[in-house]
Amino acid sequence: MNIIVCLKQVPSTTEVKIDPKTNTLIRQGIKSIVNPLDSYALEESVRLKERYGSRVTAISMGPPQATEMLRDAISSGADDAILLSDIAFAGSDTLATSTTLAKAIVKIKNYDLVICGRQTLDGDTGQVGPEIAEMLGIPFIAYVNKIEEIANGKLRVQRMVEDGYETIETSLPAVITVVKEINVPRMPSLRGLTKAKSAQIPTWTTQEINAEKETVGQAGSATWVVKVFYPQRVQLAEMLKGDPETQAKALVEKLREAKLI
Amino acid sequence: MGISIDKEKCTGCGNCTSTCLFGLIEVVDEKACIKEAGCTLCGACRDACVFEAIRIETEIAKTLLGDEYKGVWVFAEQRNSEIKSVSYELLSKGRELANTLKTELCAVCFGYNIKNIEQLTAFGANKVYVIDDPAFANQSEDQYVLELVRLIKQYKPEIVLAGATPFGRSFFPRVAAILKTGLTADCTGLDIDTEKHLLRQTRPTFGGNVMATIICPAKRPQMSTVRPRVFKKNPPDATRKSQFIKVDFNKEAITSKTRLLNFVADLTEKVKLEDADIIIAGGRGLGKPENFNLIRDLASVLEAAVGSSRPPVDEGWIPYYHQVGQTGKTVCPKLYIAVGISGAVQHLAGMQTADCIIAINDDPNAPIFQVATYGIVGDLFKVVPLLTEKLKGG
Ligand SMILES: Cc1cc2nc3c(=O)[nH]c(=O)nc-3n(C[C@H](O)[C@H](O)[C@H](O)COP(=O)(O)OP(=O)(O)OC[C@H]3O[C@@H](n4cnc5c(N)ncnc54)[C@H](O)[C@@H]3O)c2cc1C
Ligand SMILES: Nc1ncnc2c1ncn2[C@@H]1O[C@H](COP(=O)(O)O)[C@@H](O)[C@H]1O
Repeated sequence: MNIIVCLKQVPSTTEVKIDPKTNTLIRQGIKSIVNPLDSYALEESVRLKERYGSRVTAISMGPPQATEMLRDAISSGADDAILLSDIAFAGSDTLATSTTLAKAIVKIKNYDLVICGRQTLDGDTGQVGPEIAEMLGIPFIAYVNKIEEIANGKLRVQRMVEDGYETIETSLPAVITVVKEINVPRMPSLRGLTKAKSAQIPTWTTQEINAEKETVGQAGSATWVVKVFYPQRVQLAEMLKGDPETQAKALVEKLREAKLI
Repeated sequence: MGISIDKEKCTGCGNCTSTCLFGLIEVVDEKACIKEAGCTLCGACRDACVFEAIRIETEIAKTLLGDEYKGVWVFAEQRNSEIKSVSYELLSKGRELANTLKTELCAVCFGYNIKNIEQLTAFGANKVYVIDDPAFANQSEDQYVLELVRLIKQYKPEIVLAGATPFGRSFFPRVAAILKTGLTADCTGLDIDTEKHLLRQTRPTFGGNVMATIICPAKRPQMSTVRPRVFKKNPPDATRKSQFIKVDFNKEAITSKTRLLNFVADLTEKVKLEDADIIIAGGRGLGKPENFNLIRDLASVLEAAVGSSRPPVDEGWIPYYHQVGQTGKTVCPKLYIAVGISGAVQHLAGMQTADCIIAINDDPNAPIFQVATYGIVGDLFKVVPLLTEKLKGG
């Protein structure tokens, strides 16, 4: 069985802070990390590999620096990694991103399961997984919290819906997105680290994935960002002073006044 | 194509470098350089450049759209035959958009034995497209995707909106992908650029630290999922009239690629966080698991849901589904009471749009006070029990 896992490199938002004076981003020392929810996708691929003897290929579309993240993926158990990087990919929205990833998946050819994270920290759309599935014309299941079984070309999973859990079966190949509950990602192994050091990570461009120029990057994007701004946080709390008794009383009054209770 | 820097105009001041969300700009030999791979052409650097040295080419030849696409559509989601509140919020907003565009507002509703479907009219729809059939009893995504795509192709609306619910965020992208059009996720603002006749969609990114306004200029329909509880519901008007259109679908053609084998309801949560009007949330300040009882007592008096910051979840004091924030749930209640929570950006990302925020914390400098409406600096172990007692007393 062949598994493809989609990983994105994102700026670690712990350090994203806004300078209140200039209202711009303080970028000092922002690190790039693997999108936290994608590390669950990677871990699940590696667990399936241990369970069913599959081969795991990690792919990512991004700048050349993303190679480092892919190398980390190999040290955590992926067999191969491919970077999709091309200036022509700049300005991709989810439509162009999923087109690019789907083209690469088609080129990889032999695949049974594609695993994505639920959503990214920066884009935060959760759209790329379902869009890839439609581009490939294969089944899609979101919010998977448990892979129950893969047998006879069929996949059975448990997934989280808003009021409970569904057990769903589908045929392979398929695309799934996973949630945090599915596993606890492991640390890289020593053997993995050695392997990662010497691993060849090819870079594919528009040409390698046989994509039309008009379908990728900004040209292939339906949506454009026209403005970026920082939400103003000017509201300063009205402080309720006094001893706890007075404070609690004042709060109850305020809440009654505002008809919140 | 893309982004370019006019080397004549650039002074190498470096103003732009700190605005790039992805850290792709460097000053080399006193000129700004952009690593284009990874650039999303968001324009933050262009807006920051006082010398107007940064240009972004966005003049892509527009496909002729003509005016064959007309009307604003709202996908009205139901679950277990009950139409969701977000559907009415979207119709209220949709009414406003349709009025501005001088076009009609339509609701689309799929399900079985759907209750109170006339409410869709009362909240503003001029037309309602309905499938009420046992085949749509479970929210089978494959069927929803197929039928919605078919309707959109047939009637050509210019705007289609759905709630950014778990279901909406999973099935709507598939519709957009088949139609090869744009979809903006989890919007918190929608308005019309009347000059260009375009929908302007505003959404938070980077965990709510940055807002982006997005358009879909050359593809139709323009699609968005919209965060529940952001738009206010208009008062329903039961005297409104609309046209009900029963959608025919070919039962034989229905083939779902996925099969639902079993459903187990999660009964652990009495009041769902996402739907709650009031949330009482506890943080690391509680100190130990037993102390969540303080939160639960207050919550039960107010019939509120219980939320948490991340540390109590990581420590195992309370299950993950109570977590609010960037890696937890996004909530937008009328009232959010944060107890012993410092207000880290990742937590704020999940709750800062609440109508009224109360912070109870012993550190007067805690960032939570920057977003709070009312603040109490004090010991939670004293304040919270008193609060519960006073509220109980009536
Ligand atoms: C990638 C990433 C994702 C994250 N996602 C989330 C997320 O989804 N949700 C989330 O919440 N966090 C998230 N975090 C963690 C976040 O950065 C903070 O660490 C966390 O929110 C802090 O929780 P807290 O406010 O409960 O704890 P603390 O920051 O430790 O604050 C505890 C507060 O309680 C106060 N206190 C202590 N004792 C008392 C008392 N007796 N009376 C009154 N006040 C008292 C203290 O003054 C302090 O302000 C994420 C972090 C990362 C890196
Ligand atoms: N540039 C990318 N490269 C690889 N995978 C991606 C990329 N963008 C998104 N994904 C995958 O799609 C998921 C959803 O992303 P998003 O739609 O941006 O929230 C992520 O968790 C990844 O698994």
